[in-house]
Amino acid sequence: MPKIATREAYGEALAELGEEIKDIVVLDADLSKSTKTSVFAKKFPERFFNMGIAEQNLMGTAAGLATCGKIPFASTFAVFATGRAFEQIRNSICYPNLNVKIAASHAGITVGEDGATHQSIEDIAIMRSLPNMTIINPADAVEAKQAVRAAALHKGPVYLRLGRHPVETIFDEHYKFEPGKGVILRDGKDVALIATGIMVAEALKAAEILAKGGINAMVINIHTIKPIDKEIILQAAECGAIVTAEEHSIIGGLGSAVAEVLVEEKPVPMKRIGIRDVFGQSGKPEELLKAYGLTAEDIAEAARSLRR
Amino acid sequence: MAITREKVEELTAVARKVRRHIIDMTAEAGSGHPGGSLSCTDILVALYFHVMKVDPKDPDWPERDRLVLSKGHAAPALYAVLAEKGYFPVEELLTLRKIDSRLQGHPDMKKTPGVDMTTGSLGQGLSAANGMAIAAKLDGKDYRVYAVLGDGELQEGQVWEAAMAASHYKLDNLTAFVDHNGLQIDGPIAEVMSPEIIQDKFRAFGWNVIDVDGHDFEDIIRGIEEAVNTKGRPTVIVAKTVKGKGVPFMENQVDWHGKAPSRQQAEEALKALGE
Ligand SMILES: Cc1ncc(C[n+]2csc(CCOP(=O)(O)OP(=O)(O)O)c2C)c(N)n1
Ligand SMILES: [Mg+2]
Repeated sequence: MPKIATREAYGEALAELGEEIKDIVVLDADLSKSTKTSVFAKKFPERFFNMGIAEQNLMGTAAGLATCGKIPFASTFAVFATGRAFEQIRNSICYPNLNVKIAASHAGITVGEDGATHQSIEDIAIMRSLPNMTIINPADAVEAKQAVRAAALHKGPVYLRLGRHPVETIFDEHYKFEPGKGVILRDGKDVALIATGIMVAEALKAAEILAKGGINAMVINIHTIKPIDKEIILQAAECGAIVTAEEHSIIGGLGSAVAEVLVEEKPVPMKRIGIRDVFGQSGKPEELLKAYGLTAEDIAEAARSLRR
Repeated sequence: MAITREKVEELTAVARKVRRHIIDMTAEAGSGHPGGSLSCTDILVALYFHVMKVDPKDPDWPERDRLVLSKGHAAPALYAVLAEKGYFPVEELLTLRKIDSRLQGHPDMKKTPGVDMTTGSLGQGLSAANGMAIAAKLDGKDYRVYAVLGDGELQEGQVWEAAMAASHYKLDNLTAFVDHNGLQIDGPIAEVMSPEIIQDKFRAFGWNVIDVDGHDFEDIIRGIEEAVNTKGRPTVIVAKTVKGKGVPFMENQVDWHGKAPSRQQAEEALKALGE
């Protein structure tokens, strides 16, 4: 399977959708080559607005456009979108429930060499705390492409989390993305691996590793982190043990969202694979995933420890 | 747009009513911001009663002119103007800040008919106004967008991000007002953190700048007329105002920024404002 970054899929999908949905406008903050909004910009220059290195104004302008019926996609790196402009997203977008799509690239630690200032490990936590916000974190380019369309069709704010680094393609052309619905990728009864984003591929590999040791793991892809698919989590809880995996802090992201459902509805032992409340550092994406315990082997080991 | 004597008298009468509402509303609520509401009253009255193309029967009319009250704490002034204009019953004004009211402490576009943008966090409104002005250009529509900012609010960095963008995108369908009353919460703007010289700053950002007396309807209208006729760049109207205007014991008093009058003080204020 080819490796494609989800940001690449975003750029392509946006340029395609622009043809079909004339209300789509795209804004960027001097990162259009990296976020891939440049593809749209080239095709529809009159509907592309570079706002310069000014993320607060980027979000506020998108809000104003949305009040007039436009469907703005505002893009920059995840750190700056959710950090620098948090309060603009809160007060000018989420509170009035405006139809703004925040498509943030370079999420997670696989940003790599740029280091900790550019590695967004708390964006899901921040966005998850906002009423009216929908959060989508696609696992591969196929899912990302469909997620862009779903985001455009959804009425209300969406946070679309995209990565810089090429990821394995998991889904084929028959895959159908359904917002808000988790996807069971592999059935199993001994432990459930619930993953999001690039960690879905790792969870699938972890299931292979576990199978060799006689542990039969269920694998679930949670692409929509908010609203979370409670039903599928409760179904996963039937396995009696759950491991979550995300390229994000263990605080406030997928692990927290799953734990919240479990403790209220059906507590089962669980482990969270994620960045353990530390900042990242420079390095190659694969080296970083290893250094911060985000590999298939880490997921498998967490699953084994729950079965002991 | 030029304004007749009679029209000035009419606006003066509306402004008096609006100021009376501001006193009644904040007194009834027991909280709110009378000072900055009274200072921008004449600007809002001029806009809604002489300038803006709006339809109170159809608040979401797509062709309407828009107003973003970036200094959202002046919500009482905006609500009173909207009620007098007929967007909702005047009696509803006394529900300001009360539980389940459509009149929130700061403007909420999803709750109050006629409110075009949710504001309250200072510094964000001009960006939203830019978005509206860009949308008008994209759609080839001729509606205009107005924003009202506080002078203390100009300390927010986002205002200048937006100022840069408005001139970059040549938003000549956008007019911003600065309610230049010289005061913010902790004291005179000149002492807290001077944004002066405001005119020079906007000029340096590529804006057309007009000075007006923010309590003189003829002057306000003259300024707006010039703004409408200015092509290729946005206009800022720096309106010299008096915080607490119309209520002698509130005028130029920093204490009356965010404090409601007692019932007795309200009576005194209403007497000063006159019927
Ligand atoms: C981002 C933000 N910070 C602080 C406040 C609290 N606040 C409300 S009004 C105000 C002072 C505003 O001064 P100015 O802009 O001059 O308004 P005016 O004098 O017209 O009332 C402050 C600090 C706020 N609403 N938003
Ligand atoms: Mg002031």
